[in-house]
Amino acid sequence: MTVTAVHKDADALTMTLTAEFDASPERVWQLWADPRQLDRWWGPPTYPATVDSHDLRPGGRVEYHMTGPEGDQPRGYWDISVADAPHAIAFHDGFSNDDGTPNTDLPSNDCRVRIEAIGGGRTRMSIESIFPSSEAMEQLLAMGMEDGLTQAVGQIDAILAEDTVRSA
Amino acid sequence: MMPFTKRSGLTSLSYNLMVVSMTPAADFDRVFAALADATRRDIVRRAIAGEEGVAELADHYPMSFAAVQKHVAVLERAGLVIKQRTGRRKVVRTNVLGLHAAQRLLDRYEELWRGRIDRMTNLITETKERNK
Repeated sequence: MTVTAVHKDADALTMTLTAEFDASPERVWQLWADPRQLDRWWGPPTYPATVDSHDLRPGGRVEYHMTGPEGDQPRGYWDISVADAPHAIAFHDGFSNDDGTPNTDLPSNDCRVRIEAIGGGRTRMSIESIFPSSEAMEQLLAMGMEDGLTQAVGQIDAILAEDTVRSA
Repeated sequence: MMPFTKRSGLTSLSYNLMVVSMTPAADFDRVFAALADATRRDIVRRAIAGEEGVAELADHYPMSFAAVQKHVAVLERAGLVIKQRTGRRKVVRTNVLGLHAAQRLLDRYEELWRGRIDRMTNLITETKERNK
């Protein structure tokens, strides 16, 4: 288990994930700084990524495409705001149109990466993802966590199941 | 947009893996926007019982029938409530699946990153073996 903590903060609509690696910060930085290594971890197995351009500097951009099981090739980009080797990266992560311009119809998020040595030759990396519409997400999660709602959800699930049986 | 027009061609596994990126922002934002209003959140709570129509719901709020009707319409478009006919009446009922969908987005996003960390770990292990 290299993921050591996951924290989903409904207030700020962030997900922070912390992982530890048996490697130096410089080695972990390479995972981000070397486009061929990035190719191998960014996309899920069904949507492997290929980095098309890679300018990991403040104001720079990383462009990639993924290849899906149906041959579909969604394109994405990172707009880099912070690149401080080997400790910090911040970027806006979004999808692109076919001409490479940002596709504002698709969700995007901001991502902050911190990489630090924790002794014993190990490195901790934290990823903080910040989503849009934080207020609404907070409320949504708050609702979901209410006991009353949880119970009611159970009841409604039962009702829905009944409906299905009846209409079947 | 290719991946969306082809959604039906996606396998459920890849759909699960990609759901965060593949969920059109419209859906995502519509759910959040619908829930950003206190009256609408209250309607969602009340409609869990699925016993009241728009007129009965309107009695709970210091606002016009038309205003409540509008709130219900916003929730309906976001997939958070459905109108259901029971006998002669039409009741407003919370769509639990719609409510869960947004929460699942964050969970799926976590899964996506857990996968990435696994692949990073494998890459690091691989280079170590090679340098031995």
